[in-house]
Amino acid sequence: MTRFVLTRLAQSAVVLLGVTLVVFLLLQLVPGDPVRVALGTRFDQETYDALRERAGLNRPLPIQYLDYVGSALVGDLGVSFRSGEPVTQIVIERLPATAALALFAVVFALLVAFPLGLISAVKNGSPVDHATRVFSQFGVSVPDFWMGIMGIIVFAGMLGWLPPSGYTSFGEDPWEWFLHLLMPSVTVGLVTAAILTRFIRSSVLEAMSQDYVRTAEGKGLMPRRVVTRHVLRNALIPVVTVAAVQLASLLGGVIVIEVLFAWPGLGRLTYDAVQARDYPVLQGAVLLVAALFLLVNLLVDVLYAKLDPRISVT
Amino acid sequence: MSEPVLSIENLSVSFSSRRGVARVVDGVDWEVHPGQTLAVVGESGSGKSMTVLAATGLSPRGAKVGGTVRLRGEDLGAMSEVERRRARGRHVGFVYQDPMTSLNPVMPVGRQVTEASEEHLGLRGDDARSRAVELLDMVGIPSPEQRVDNYPHQFSGGMRQRVVIAMALANDPELLIADEATTALDVTTQAQILELVESLQERLGTAVVWITHDLGVVAGIADQVAVMYGGRILEHGTVDHIFGSPGHPYTQALLAARPQPGVRADRLATIPGAPPVPHQLPPGCAFYPRCPVRGDERCRTEEPPLTEIAPGHRVRTFYRAPHSGIERPAS
Repeated sequence: MTRFVLTRLAQSAVVLLGVTLVVFLLLQLVPGDPVRVALGTRFDQETYDALRERAGLNRPLPIQYLDYVGSALVGDLGVSFRSGEPVTQIVIERLPATAALALFAVVFALLVAFPLGLISAVKNGSPVDHATRVFSQFGVSVPDFWMGIMGIIVFAGMLGWLPPSGYTSFGEDPWEWFLHLLMPSVTVGLVTAAILTRFIRSSVLEAMSQDYVRTAEGKGLMPRRVVTRHVLRNALIPVVTVAAVQLASLLGGVIVIEVLFAWPGLGRLTYDAVQARDYPVLQGAVLLVAALFLLVNLLVDVLYAKLDPRISVT
Repeated sequence: MSEPVLSIENLSVSFSSRRGVARVVDGVDWEVHPGQTLAVVGESGSGKSMTVLAATGLSPRGAKVGGTVRLRGEDLGAMSEVERRRARGRHVGFVYQDPMTSLNPVMPVGRQVTEASEEHLGLRGDDARSRAVELLDMVGIPSPEQRVDNYPHQFSGGMRQRVVIAMALANDPELLIADEATTALDVTTQAQILELVESLQERLGTAVVWITHDLGVVAGIADQVAVMYGGRILEHGTVDHIFGSPGHPYTQALLAARPQPGVRADRLATIPGAPPVPHQLPPGCAFYPRCPVRGDERCRTEEPPLTEIAPGHRVRTFYRAPHSGIERPAS
């Protein structure tokens, strides 16, 4: 197991290296000069040259890249063109907001999707099943920003129960933090719940049609035990992957929702960095997102081996 | 004779759909006694599996089941759902066709083997484990103490079927139902499994219902044989009746379709046509469209009754066809 994790970590490092290269090259292709943008109306040739010199932008590309990778290895992702703050610090600061949003959304989604998907499959064709399918169809089809806007209109505007947008850190005031978190995470969570419900439903249905379920029924087990012992564990193996992919993509920041709710997460940071052509920040954000994605996938593989004895990770 | 372990009378199973009512099992009756083996033979879709599923309360959703089923003399139809489930788990063991899929891939085999004992006999912990080891040993799995914690994918097909048999025998059932239990296995393994079941049956006195389409298996293990077609029994008798003096043209055709050892044939004999679709059964004899005899108008319009032609030998035909030729029964 340890060897598996170490191998996978080494592989992840290679993937991350590839990510840096791709992002680096892509940014060279984007039109627009970051130093020009950063200077704005205060532009004069001398400052411009000095800034380019300081940022190392006048050196050959391969040198710039190797320099970037070398610094990244020791945790230095450069400084923001705009604020001059270290990128590492900027992206790490944004992580808690995004992580809270993503985790909360996925937990909410699982809490909704798990019972709905299960009941819907066990009571296949019943009114509950039909209602569940309408809900999940709705959740999959309706864009999240629309749901977000409706949420703001109803819960902030009409009822005044929740703040329309913004963020309070947990350390500052946990209750306010929770109130601010509720609407964006439920909005994101509803979409995820819809996807997961459909998936759990079909996965459970698939498991219930398996021969070993008939075997269990033949043993005269209580129907509930047939489901918990034989259907669930088999049905959950594929669900783990889908839930993890959802979590990983949410950890990458939900750009539209973060912008809509003025949520200071990675998505918002990426959005702002693109707008401002703040390349170091953009690179740093993409790198962090890629690293999170790889980490979640590694965890899934370990979890998989725990859930499914047919998969060995040695 | 002793009381039958399982007896079914006038069992019928039907499904209603937009295309009409499909009677997949119609008026089936047979019984099986302790230590005896009944083989239920038929092509796919003949209703042989459905008969047994319905008899043990495992028929699929939407099935309408009629008739009387008695397990150890008790009327299953008069029981509640829960009682029926308990009776099944306690007194009946099932062996299924495909050992690759009939075991749960994510549960150690030992736990699967004694799960029914846990549920119905309250066997727990170390007791359950040592019982599992004992059962695995009984069905001939080497080093059962280690194998008990293995998962199904760590066993070969034949070994898995042994595990399934151990599982079926966990509660010392009076009845073992084997649904095409050797069909998915290679011939050598098949022979080993048959031998195993026979020796266990001898030792434990279990009654066996063996559902198969393989006449070779039937000849090897059966005492009684019921030949099914289109949801009905066409012929029912001892193994000597069926193989020695088959009375129904269908049984004869089946026997003629067997490959003969030592006889070179470019093509095996077949029965032309296909089995009837359940919701489009012919009005008369179900076998009429494919029957080599094709007696007369009566066969087409009227269903022949199941008639006893010798003690314990029943045939559903107007034309009894012994080996010598076709003969009209006295009516």
